[in-house]
Amino acid sequence: MLDKMTNRLDFHGNALLLRAERQRAIASNIANADTPGYVARDFKFADALREVSEAQNPGPMRLQSATDPRHIPLPAAKTGSGSDSALGYSLQTSPSMDNNTVDMDRERAAFVDNAVRYEATLRFINGNAKTMLSAIQGQ
Amino acid sequence: MSMFSIFNVSGSAISAQSQRLNTVASNLANVDAVAGPDGQSYKARQVVFQTTPMGADSSAGVRVSAIQESNLPGRRIHDPSHPSADAEGYVTHSNVNAVEEMVNMISASRSYQNNVEVMNTAKTLLLKTLQMGQ
Repeated sequence: MLDKMTNRLDFHGNALLLRAERQRAIASNIANADTPGYVARDFKFADALREVSEAQNPGPMRLQSATDPRHIPLPAAKTGSGSDSALGYSLQTSPSMDNNTVDMDRERAAFVDNAVRYEATLRFINGNAKTMLSAIQGQ
Repeated sequence: MSMFSIFNVSGSAISAQSQRLNTVASNLANVDAVAGPDGQSYKARQVVFQTTPMGADSSAGVRVSAIQESNLPGRRIHDPSHPSADAEGYVTHSNVNAVEEMVNMISASRSYQNNVEVMNTAKTLLLKTLQMGQ
Protein backbone atom coordinates (compact mmCIF):
# COMPACT_ATOMS: atom_id res chain seq x y z
CA MET A 1 0.00 0.00 0.00
CA LEU A 2 2.70 2.45 1.05
CA ASP A 3 4.74 1.16 -1.87
CA LYS A 4 2.11 2.42 -4.28
CA MET A 5 2.18 5.84 -2.68
CA THR A 6 5.92 6.23 -2.93
CA ASN A 7 6.40 4.64 -6.34
CA ARG A 8 6.21 7.92 -8.13
CA LEU A 9 8.55 9.54 -5.64
CA ASP A 10 11.15 6.87 -6.36
CA PHE A 11 11.20 7.77 -10.02
CA HIS A 12 11.64 11.47 -9.31
CA GLY A 13 14.26 10.68 -6.69
CA ASN A 14 16.30 8.79 -9.28
CA ALA A 15 15.87 11.66 -11.73
CA LEU A 16 17.05 14.13 -9.08
CA LEU A 17 20.16 12.06 -8.34
CA LEU A 18 21.04 11.83 -12.03
CA ARG A 19 20.51 15.58 -12.47
CA ALA A 20 22.88 16.24 -9.57
CA GLU A 21 25.40 13.84 -11.12
CA ARG A 22 25.18 15.60 -14.48
CA GLN A 23 25.49 19.02 -12.80
CA ARG A 24 28.72 17.81 -11.22
CA ALA A 25 30.09 16.49 -14.53
CA ILE A 26 29.36 19.80 -16.27
CA ALA A 27 30.91 21.76 -13.38
CA SER A 28 34.07 19.66 -13.82
CA ASN A 29 34.09 20.46 -17.54
CA ILE A 30 33.76 24.19 -16.84
CA ALA A 31 36.49 24.02 -14.19
CA ASN A 32 38.84 22.35 -16.70
CA ALA A 33 38.12 24.72 -19.59
CA ASP A 34 41.78 25.84 -19.64
CA THR A 35 43.50 22.54 -18.83
CA PRO A 36 45.58 21.23 -21.76
CA GLY A 37 44.57 17.77 -22.93
CA TYR A 38 41.36 17.58 -20.87
CA VAL A 39 38.53 15.68 -22.56
CA ALA A 40 34.99 16.84 -21.74
CA ARG A 41 32.77 14.19 -20.12
CA ASP A 42 29.01 13.92 -20.18
CA PHE A 43 26.20 11.36 -20.33
CA LYS A 44 22.79 11.12 -21.93
CA PHE A 45 20.26 11.79 -19.20
CA ALA A 46 17.34 10.01 -20.91
CA ASP A 47 19.29 6.79 -21.46
CA ALA A 48 20.70 6.84 -17.94
CA LEU A 49 17.27 7.37 -16.38
CA ARG A 50 15.77 4.60 -18.50
CA GLU A 51 18.46 2.17 -17.40
CA VAL A 52 18.07 3.15 -13.76
CA SER A 53 14.30 2.78 -13.76
CA GLU A 54 14.33 -0.49 -15.73
CA ALA A 55 16.77 -2.16 -13.37
CA GLN A 56 17.05 -0.45 -10.01
CA ASN A 57 20.84 -0.79 -10.07
CA PRO A 58 22.57 1.76 -12.31
CA GLY A 59 24.52 0.15 -15.14
CA PRO A 60 27.10 1.83 -17.37
CA MET A 61 25.46 4.70 -19.20
CA ARG A 62 25.30 4.86 -22.95
CA LEU A 63 28.41 6.43 -24.44
CA GLN A 64 27.99 9.62 -26.35
CA SER A 65 31.07 9.04 -28.44
CA ALA A 66 29.25 6.77 -30.92
CA THR A 67 27.49 8.79 -33.59
CA ASP A 68 25.83 5.77 -35.18
CA PRO A 69 24.10 2.87 -33.43
CA ARG A 70 26.12 0.42 -35.53
CA HIS A 71 29.44 1.75 -34.20
CA ILE A 72 31.26 -0.30 -31.61
CA PRO A 73 31.05 1.72 -28.39
CA LEU A 74 34.30 2.80 -26.77
CA PRO A 75 35.11 1.01 -23.52
CA ALA A 76 34.26 3.05 -20.46
CA ALA A 77 37.23 5.16 -19.40
CA LYS A 78 38.97 4.92 -16.06
CA THR A 79 40.17 7.95 -14.13
CA GLY A 80 42.36 7.61 -11.09
CA SER A 81 41.62 4.76 -8.75
CA GLY A 82 37.88 4.48 -9.49
CA SER A 83 36.19 1.51 -11.08
CA ASP A 84 34.77 1.51 -14.60
CA SER A 85 33.52 4.97 -15.40
CA ALA A 86 29.89 5.50 -16.26
CA LEU A 87 30.61 8.66 -18.22
CA GLY A 88 31.04 9.05 -21.96
CA TYR A 89 32.98 11.65 -23.88
CA SER A 90 31.41 14.71 -25.44
CA LEU A 91 31.87 15.16 -29.16
CA GLN A 92 34.50 17.72 -30.06
CA THR A 93 33.06 20.78 -31.80
CA SER A 94 36.00 23.13 -32.24
CA PRO A 95 39.50 21.63 -32.23
CA SER A 96 42.08 23.54 -30.22
CA MET A 97 45.88 23.42 -30.21
CA ASP A 98 46.13 22.04 -26.66
CA ASN A 99 43.71 19.12 -27.32
CA ASN A 100 41.15 20.48 -24.86
CA THR A 101 37.66 19.49 -26.04
CA VAL A 102 35.56 21.67 -23.68
CA ASP A 103 33.14 23.84 -25.66
CA MET A 104 32.38 26.64 -23.21
CA ASP A 105 29.17 27.79 -24.94
CA ARG A 106 27.72 24.29 -24.95
CA GLU A 107 28.76 23.61 -21.36
CA ARG A 108 27.21 26.82 -20.09
CA ALA A 109 23.98 26.12 -21.95
CA ALA A 110 23.92 22.55 -20.63
CA PHE A 111 24.61 23.80 -17.11
CA VAL A 112 21.70 26.26 -17.10
CA ASP A 113 19.39 23.73 -18.78
CA ASN A 114 20.31 21.09 -16.20
CA ALA A 115 19.79 23.54 -13.32
CA VAL A 116 16.29 24.41 -14.53
CA ARG A 117 15.37 20.74 -14.95
CA TYR A 118 16.74 19.98 -11.48
CA GLU A 119 14.40 22.61 -10.07
CA ALA A 120 11.52 21.20 -12.09
CA THR A 121 12.16 17.74 -10.61
CA LEU A 122 12.21 19.30 -7.14
CA ARG A 123 8.80 20.86 -7.79
CA PHE A 124 7.40 17.53 -8.98
CA ILE A 125 8.56 15.94 -5.73
CA ASN A 126 7.07 18.76 -3.66
CA GLY A 127 3.78 18.51 -5.58
CA ASN A 128 3.66 14.75 -5.02
CA ALA A 129 4.31 15.21 -1.32
CA LYS A 130 1.51 17.79 -1.08
CA THR A 131 -0.91 15.52 -2.94
CA MET A 132 -0.17 12.58 -0.63
CA LEU A 133 -0.48 14.74 2.47
CA SER A 134 -3.88 16.05 1.43
CA ALA A 135 -4.97 12.47 0.62
CA ILE A 136 -3.89 11.33 4.10
CA GLN A 137 -5.58 14.20 5.86
CA GLY A 138 -8.73 13.88 3.73
CA GLN A 139 -9.49 17.57 3.82
CA MET B 1 25.33 14.67 -1.20
CA SER B 2 26.96 14.60 -4.56
CA MET B 3 26.25 18.25 -5.33
CA PHE B 4 28.55 19.40 -2.51
CA SER B 5 31.64 18.33 -4.45
CA ILE B 6 30.82 21.00 -7.05
CA PHE B 7 32.18 23.48 -4.50
CA ASN B 8 35.46 21.54 -4.30
CA VAL B 9 35.75 21.33 -8.09
CA SER B 10 34.92 24.98 -8.77
CA GLY B 11 36.99 26.08 -5.78
CA SER B 12 40.07 24.33 -7.14
CA ALA B 13 39.48 25.98 -10.53
CA ILE B 14 39.10 29.39 -8.89
CA SER B 15 42.33 29.03 -6.94
CA ALA B 16 44.16 27.86 -10.08
CA GLN B 17 42.83 30.78 -12.10
CA SER B 18 43.76 33.30 -9.42
CA GLN B 19 47.27 31.87 -9.37
CA ARG B 20 47.35 32.38 -13.14
CA LEU B 21 46.16 35.96 -12.59
CA ASN B 22 48.98 36.42 -10.07
CA THR B 23 51.66 35.39 -12.55
CA VAL B 24 50.11 37.68 -15.17
CA ALA B 25 50.31 40.54 -12.66
CA SER B 26 53.98 39.89 -11.89
CA ASN B 27 54.77 39.53 -15.60
CA LEU B 28 53.07 42.83 -16.42
CA ALA B 29 54.73 44.56 -13.47
CA ASN B 30 58.15 43.48 -14.78
CA VAL B 31 57.49 44.20 -18.45
CA ASP B 32 60.03 47.06 -18.48
CA ALA B 33 62.52 45.63 -15.99
CA VAL B 34 66.09 45.73 -17.30
CA ALA B 35 68.86 43.24 -16.68
CA GLY B 36 70.66 43.69 -13.35
CA PRO B 37 74.41 43.55 -12.74
CA ASP B 38 74.40 39.75 -13.34
CA GLY B 39 73.09 40.24 -16.88
CA GLN B 40 69.93 38.22 -16.18
CA SER B 41 66.68 39.98 -17.01
CA TYR B 42 63.25 38.99 -15.68
CA LYS B 43 61.80 35.92 -17.44
CA ALA B 44 58.07 35.65 -18.10
CA ARG B 45 56.32 32.99 -16.01
CA GLN B 46 53.44 30.80 -17.12
CA VAL B 47 51.33 28.43 -15.02
CA VAL B 48 50.67 24.87 -16.22
CA PHE B 49 47.23 23.45 -15.39
CA GLN B 50 46.59 19.79 -14.68
CA THR B 51 43.40 17.83 -14.05
CA THR B 52 43.20 16.25 -10.62
CA PRO B 53 40.55 13.65 -9.65
CA MET B 54 38.37 14.60 -6.68
CA GLY B 55 36.88 11.50 -5.14
CA ALA B 56 33.96 10.62 -7.40
CA ASP B 57 34.42 9.75 -11.03
CA SER B 58 32.46 12.65 -12.46
CA SER B 59 34.28 15.36 -10.51
CA ALA B 60 37.61 16.52 -11.88
CA GLY B 61 39.29 19.53 -10.36
CA VAL B 62 42.25 21.60 -11.52
CA ARG B 63 45.62 22.24 -9.95
CA VAL B 64 48.70 24.17 -10.97
CA SER B 65 51.31 21.50 -11.66
CA ALA B 66 54.21 23.81 -12.46
CA ILE B 67 55.20 27.43 -13.10
CA GLN B 68 57.47 27.56 -16.10
CA GLU B 69 59.86 30.35 -17.03
CA SER B 70 59.97 31.37 -20.66
CA ASN B 71 63.35 30.89 -22.35
CA LEU B 72 62.83 33.46 -25.09
CA PRO B 73 65.62 36.04 -25.43
CA GLY B 74 64.90 39.39 -23.78
CA ARG B 75 64.12 42.50 -25.78
CA ARG B 76 67.33 44.39 -26.67
CA ILE B 77 67.00 48.13 -27.13
CA HIS B 78 69.79 50.44 -28.27
CA ASP B 79 70.24 53.12 -25.58
CA PRO B 80 73.95 53.92 -24.94
CA SER B 81 73.15 56.56 -22.31
CA HIS B 82 71.31 54.02 -20.10
CA PRO B 83 73.29 53.05 -16.98
CA SER B 84 72.64 49.33 -17.64
CA ALA B 85 73.78 49.41 -21.28
CA ASP B 86 76.35 46.82 -22.31
CA ALA B 87 79.58 47.46 -24.27
CA GLU B 88 77.67 47.73 -27.58
CA GLY B 89 75.15 50.18 -26.09
CA TYR B 90 72.24 47.73 -25.86
CA VAL B 91 69.95 47.40 -22.84
CA THR B 92 68.34 43.96 -22.27
CA HIS B 93 64.74 44.17 -21.08
CA SER B 94 62.56 41.31 -19.80
CA ASN B 95 61.10 38.84 -22.33
CA VAL B 96 57.47 39.54 -21.32
CA ASN B 97 55.04 39.98 -24.21
CA ALA B 98 52.53 42.54 -22.92
CA VAL B 99 49.86 41.67 -25.52
CA GLU B 100 50.03 37.97 -24.66
CA GLU B 101 49.74 38.78 -20.96
CA MET B 102 46.66 40.96 -21.49
CA VAL B 103 44.95 38.14 -23.40
CA ASN B 104 45.95 35.74 -20.63
CA MET B 105 44.49 38.10 -18.04
CA ILE B 106 41.13 38.40 -19.80
CA SER B 107 40.92 34.64 -20.27
CA ALA B 108 41.74 34.01 -16.60
CA SER B 109 39.18 36.50 -15.33
CA ARG B 110 36.45 35.08 -17.59
CA SER B 111 37.16 31.55 -16.39
CA TYR B 112 37.09 32.81 -12.80
CA GLN B 113 33.66 34.40 -13.35
CA ASN B 114 32.35 31.21 -14.96
CA ASN B 115 33.35 29.15 -11.94
CA VAL B 116 31.84 31.64 -9.50
CA GLU B 117 28.58 31.42 -11.43
CA VAL B 118 28.69 27.61 -11.26
CA MET B 119 29.11 27.81 -7.48
CA ASN B 120 26.22 30.27 -7.12
CA THR B 121 23.92 28.01 -9.15
CA ALA B 122 24.93 24.96 -7.13
CA LYS B 123 24.25 26.87 -3.91
CA THR B 124 20.78 27.93 -5.10
CA LEU B 125 19.92 24.35 -6.08
CA LEU B 126 21.14 22.96 -2.75
CA LEU B 127 19.11 25.54 -0.81
CA LYS B 128 16.00 24.61 -2.78
CA THR B 129 16.71 20.93 -2.13
CA LEU B 130 16.81 21.66 1.60
CA GLN B 131 13.28 23.05 1.39
CA MET B 132 11.97 19.87 -0.20
CA GLY B 133 8.54 18.79 1.08
CA GLN B 134 7.67 22.06 2.75
